Amino acid sequence: MATVNDVVIKIGTVNGTGSASANGLLRKAIFRMGVPVVGKNYFPSNIQGLPTWYEIRVSGDGYQSRSNRVDVMVAMNAQTYAQDMADVEPGGWLVYDSTWPRSQMLNREDITVIGIPFSRLCNESFDGARARILIKNIAYVGAIAALLDLDLKIITTLLEETFAAKAHLIESNMKAIRLGYDYAQKHVVCPLDMRVEAMDATSGSIIIDGNTAAGLGCMYAGATVGAWYPITPSTSLMDAFRNFCSRYRVDPDSGKATYAVIQAEDELAAIGMVIGAAWNGARSFTPTSGPGISLMSEFIGYAYYAEIPTVIFNVQRTGPSTGMPTRTQQCDIISCAFASHGDTKHVLLFPADPAECFHTAVDSFDLAERLQTPVIVMSDLDIGMNDWMIPELEWDENYVPDRGKVLGAAELEEMEKFHRYLDVDGDGIPYRTLPGVHPKGAYFTRGSGHTKFGGYTEDSAAYQDVVDRLLVKWETARKILPKPDIQYSKFNNAGVITIGSGDGACKEALDRLAGQNIGLNYCRIKAFPFADEVKEFVEQHDVIYVVEQNRDAQLRTLLINDIEADQRKLVSLLHYNGMPINAGFVVDSVLEEIAKGRAA
Amino acid sequence: MSFIAKPKITHPGIPKNKLGLTARDYEGTVSTLCAGCGHDSVTAAIVQAVFELGIEPHMLAKMSGIGCSSKTPAYFVSQSHGFNSVHGRMPSVTTGANAANRDLMYVGVSGDGDSLSIGVGQFVHAIRRNLNMCYIIENNGVYGLTKGQFSASADIGSKPKKGEPNNQEPIDPVSTALSLGATYIARSFSGDKEQLVPLIKGALMHRGFALLDIVSPCVTFNDHEGSTKSYAHTRQFYHHVVDMDYVPPAEEIKAAYAEGDAMPIEMHDGSTIVLRKVDKDYDLTSRSSAFKFLRERFNAGEITTGLLYLDESRAEMHELMGNIDSPLSQLPLDGLHPGGKELKKLQNRYR
Repeated sequence: MATVNDVVIKIGTVNGTGSASANGLLRKAIFRMGVPVVGKNYFPSNIQGLPTWYEIRVSGDGYQSRSNRVDVMVAMNAQTYAQDMADVEPGGWLVYDSTWPRSQMLNREDITVIGIPFSRLCNESFDGARARILIKNIAYVGAIAALLDLDLKIITTLLEETFAAKAHLIESNMKAIRLGYDYAQKHVVCPLDMRVEAMDATSGSIIIDGNTAAGLGCMYAGATVGAWYPITPSTSLMDAFRNFCSRYRVDPDSGKATYAVIQAEDELAAIGMVIGAAWNGARSFTPTSGPGISLMSEFIGYAYYAEIPTVIFNVQRTGPSTGMPTRTQQCDIISCAFASHGDTKHVLLFPADPAECFHTAVDSFDLAERLQTPVIVMSDLDIGMNDWMIPELEWDENYVPDRGKVLGAAELEEMEKFHRYLDVDGDGIPYRTLPGVHPKGAYFTRGSGHTKFGGYTEDSAAYQDVVDRLLVKWETARKILPKPDIQYSKFNNAGVITIGSGDGACKEALDRLAGQNIGLNYCRIKAFPFADEVKEFVEQHDVIYVVEQNRDAQLRTLLINDIEADQRKLVSLLHYNGMPINAGFVVDSVLEEIAKGRAA
Repeated sequence: MSFIAKPKITHPGIPKNKLGLTARDYEGTVSTLCAGCGHDSVTAAIVQAVFELGIEPHMLAKMSGIGCSSKTPAYFVSQSHGFNSVHGRMPSVTTGANAANRDLMYVGVSGDGDSLSIGVGQFVHAIRRNLNMCYIIENNGVYGLTKGQFSASADIGSKPKKGEPNNQEPIDPVSTALSLGATYIARSFSGDKEQLVPLIKGALMHRGFALLDIVSPCVTFNDHEGSTKSYAHTRQFYHHVVDMDYVPPAEEIKAAYAEGDAMPIEMHDGSTIVLRKVDKDYDLTSRSSAFKFLRERFNAGEITTGLLYLDESRAEMHELMGNIDSPLSQLPLDGLHPGGKELKKLQNRYR
């Protein structure tokens, strides 16, 4: 029996050959057929000439995480042919360019190999070296369409939309698609035993990457100053912000910009600009990645101690050091939680997908301004740069920005004297003033020891008074931060805790384990410091599987540290090879632990 | 010193500026620097300049990094917000602050360690952006708080209190700023208040990046014989090439200058800088000839002072970015996004 709407297609190409648009076309066509689909990029830290892959997971059940399976491999890159062949699941298919003979050494009996002479077909029909390379990539879209039974009408419509202004490109692209499609139809039994069938499961959804969604969120949150130093994989966040702003942030009267995007000389400067702008009352932010966090750390500690709202997006990549810049991890949890020297700790938010990137972006400004402290949004490459299917984003028209405790001119006028760091309300959050408002609001912002009145001090008691009050604020943060997503049944004595992009793989794994009568409860943490609900969840179970994407169990360490979780209960399931975590890993790891005698 | 409250007794006849404030209203807390420190003279000159300009204290933002010089914003204009940032990072904080609110007047006080070593990257990039600020370097050739190590501005052959003379090339803030396109560049001496006050006024009122490199001797670690940043050495070798006066808008330029000698330059706010060239060969509107002149005089061991370069035509950071005239931080947030309907519409391209 044929498998319908459960297929993983992986396309291996050479980077810089325009395969991204071909792959996007394929992914969009499936989406337009109403079938849930996601796309993941595995690309090199390089501009042209190195191997790159795009993996399309078609899942009628709507699973979003990476699948550790490849059903149909399109091996367009001779360099990686052997590796690509090895990756195919037994019973799967491999499509390759048969223009040139391939080595007999490279063969597998347990898969079907389909040769299509893409280069020859394109060379016969198109002129010019560059055009032929580009068109060859479009031709494989046609072949896949035939093999998986994709709707050619939808592909035509997509091409028409893409090249609305360039009719000749629609024609040539369609011609290339036809070459691949017709050849496959003629020489292979189409469709394969694994195919795509139209359904109605994508209306009301969009496909977007997390960086674009976060950039959009920053625009909606009213950010006016963005400063950054380009770094993979966070750069596209600022690109998105700037693009949205160039459309929606132009003053109609003057034609001038109502935003400032500053490309800094380094991350040291980027964070300084964000802090300076925030000190002056603007909603400001910087996107960065691990190495950038290292450079920003001194200033992050400053913002913590001087209490300046600071929004940072850390789109995490594989460390340590330069690591693998185009691979994903959740490896900066501890370095961000405690960024900077001295006693510092910071609010972290963990979005799980692009939808949460959008909403968390808005929340991050509210929380930073309310708490007057750095807030770090912990995204990662998997969320930030891959194509996720999410429900269409909605804007709450009743949204009222939380600007925190900022005194205006009238309030200052009535005050006898303003003191910057007094805990007037008992929540650990003092009142602040903005420059340019009233002379009575003036104070000297400093990273050196200060009293609760804001003055310089080297007095032990006065110093300690302020750093102790910061702990009161920390507890306020714990209460107001987003609560965890918990699925609980009293019949289960074991649970799973994860964060961010671990969500999809864990939920899918839980479904699969349930199918084997293994019931696990679930807690996806959304913020640090951890809410009381997290502590409760840990206490309710005998065993907690802590699923995270780093080598050193950083989330587990933080659980032990922040909520004094019983470390004997916390079993680490660590996925840190740079690829996005998959459900199979979680399932296998849990089963292994159970076999060792762990409870489930 | 710092534990003694500063007395606030003022003479009834003390002069008042256009806002009705006295110079005392522009003071800060008591300085904790060494007695005789050049920086305190610079502080006094800043107080006088902002008093005479009649700047509303809350419209001034005082920025600094780390070091002796960076402490000084606490010692002037208590009614202004101050930002004592981290070492070498004052320019980036000021860039962000200015991006958020272009209506404030920014004065940054830094030192040769803060700007020419740890912060040299931020210093040069603030100049490239033509950040609208007055950037003061209190230049003494040494690190004071860590007790007398040479800084990057120490001259070749300058002797430390102990140890070997410096043998590395100095970084000269003036020629650095000149090469990077700063639009107002001056050098002065903390001991020459008459020259300093108008230079600070002009720098504050200039639209764009104004650099003031002020030789400001360190009495404790670099004021001995053999030091090229001592009071004695500076007094002996410093030389005015251009003097200037700052004339506020709507004030008549008094004809106290000899014809041909005085050159008035109109500034953006309608005020005027009147230049008096002491050295006839000097052309402060040409980067290349200024560079040549300064280098030759430097080679001859002379400390050239005055307004050394001026360009009122170049766009500052906000103009370069095409930003709205009003402060970004004061735009109402609800007007900064296109709303729910447009959000729905713009997502069509993600299907």
